Amino acid sequence: MTSSLRLRAGLVSIVLLAAFLGIWHLATRSTGATTTMSPEYAKLMGLTATQGKSALPGPLDVGAKLWEHLRRPFYDNGPNDKGLGIQLAYSIARVGIGYLLAVLVAIPLGFLIGMSPLLSKALDPFIQVLKPISPLAWMPLALYTIKDSSISAIFVIFICSIWPMLLNTVFGVASVRKEWINVARTLEVGTIRRAFTVILPAAAPTILTGMRISIGIAWLVIVAAEMLVGGTGIGYFVWNEWNNLSITNVIIAILLIGVVGMLLDQILARFTRMVTFPE
Amino acid sequence: MTDKFVSIEGIAKRYPGAGGATTTIFENLWLSMARGEFACVIGHSGCGKTTVLNILAGLDAPSEGAVIVDGQAISGTSLDRAVIFQSHALLPWRTVLGNVAYAVSSKWRSWDRAKVKAHAQKFIDLVGLSGSEHKRPSELSGGMKQRVGIARALSITPKMMLMDEPFSALDALTRGTLQDEVRRICLETGQTAFMITHDVDEAIYLADKIFLMTNGPGAMLAEVVENPLPRDRGRTDLHRHPLYYALRNHIIDFLVTRSKTFAAETPGHDPRNVPLVHIGKPGLTIASNGEEPRQTWMPGTNPGLSA
Repeated sequence: MTSSLRLRAGLVSIVLLAAFLGIWHLATRSTGATTTMSPEYAKLMGLTATQGKSALPGPLDVGAKLWEHLRRPFYDNGPNDKGLGIQLAYSIARVGIGYLLAVLVAIPLGFLIGMSPLLSKALDPFIQVLKPISPLAWMPLALYTIKDSSISAIFVIFICSIWPMLLNTVFGVASVRKEWINVARTLEVGTIRRAFTVILPAAAPTILTGMRISIGIAWLVIVAAEMLVGGTGIGYFVWNEWNNLSITNVIIAILLIGVVGMLLDQILARFTRMVTFPE
Repeated sequence: MTDKFVSIEGIAKRYPGAGGATTTIFENLWLSMARGEFACVIGHSGCGKTTVLNILAGLDAPSEGAVIVDGQAISGTSLDRAVIFQSHALLPWRTVLGNVAYAVSSKWRSWDRAKVKAHAQKFIDLVGLSGSEHKRPSELSGGMKQRVGIARALSITPKMMLMDEPFSALDALTRGTLQDEVRRICLETGQTAFMITHDVDEAIYLADKIFLMTNGPGAMLAEVVENPLPRDRGRTDLHRHPLYYALRNHIIDFLVTRSKTFAAETPGHDPRNVPLVHIGKPGLTIASNGEEPRQTWMPGTNPGLSA
């Protein structure tokens, strides 16, 4: 039953994709000669003017270009012409560093806040004000104080991924069932051991959910941050190709951003499943 | 009772109420238990039974008074007093063995893994869960979960066991078997046990002494009823004992009517000297005198299973 449902869902997905590609192809294809002009002039004007081809590339153009990129993902012809693999690697590395720093700060801090009602109340106004700030609003301040665009991008990732993790850790730690805490208390388990043997496993699913939300936000933000700071990264690539008016490359970048974002989410989803316990 | 293994001395529990007033759940509560004794507390909801148990466990502190166990005033929780929780409170990310081993390794921190495992296994076998060691709590039935809770409590070889309505969430048949198990284990190990229950028959079957509490707020210990049934009583012939119905009726009368009116009707009640009721002995409140009790039970019903 489930396998047949999967099969049918897969089939529908393929049909939808084929329909999308088909419509895209039909909408952007050449419609034949629209105006008569001398062949030399037509060559100058390009297919858009002479054959009625849309300015938007069709799926075949994108596919061919994508294949070209995939065959040479790591070439480096100078600052404005690097392989997509290199650009993605830069973005993933920035997200990775900023995100890991946020994990290192948010989870221990969340533990402290969750276990201490005093800290929880004292820090709440700060968190409430800082949380809704768009991470890009920090960018000028970061650039001014850090004076390094690459580290500023990492800082922006750090600041945007810290809040969901922090809040989920606080919530997870604060809402560990009282009876589990009481079990540890009646067994005279010390605070540190209690934190690792009862609170951490009990709060882990909530914490991991926060981490999953954070990685999604971090990946959303890195593209915008790299458009601002420039230099390297997939966000810079998108902006650079826009300046080159290479819509084909822009579309390829959009596709790859989506794929990498999905992979990052899936990795965290797998971790979440590992720590989730049935009750 | 000269040997006071457990002595609760004048404890009170108050909570701040609205407008600066305080709500007194109970005050000036005195009770004592001998070593190896099985005591049940019966009273309506809200009389502070669970609070008394939590204070005994050290999970809660009394507003006044002190609790002395084995010659020492208690402060906080202790591995000497194991708690069996109403909701079993197993850690769901650990297996059966893992849950019991967690308690064992908390008590004996220097033990190596093999020793902890062997000790935990012994108690899993004792409660009849051999073969389910590697299951998670979510794969167990309610009765099996509570068996794990019992194994966990026993595994730390406590001086006393505290049980907060341990079987109230179970069906009647499972409850019956677990009562048998608890009774067998307590008799075999000479365990001192303090149990809260709503179930009159459970109290009659298990307890040596039954504490009757009046309704809260301002609850008090009204009577201590000594169980007249022989120590080697069995579940099947419990209700044939000549004093069974006298005892049961006494407790039910208390719960139905006297628990509400006791405070008003008994102005001279001394909480430090709570009357000890011996059912069936002449000159005391219940005059059954060993006569044949009225046979009010119906054949086919099992009075041992539920109230």
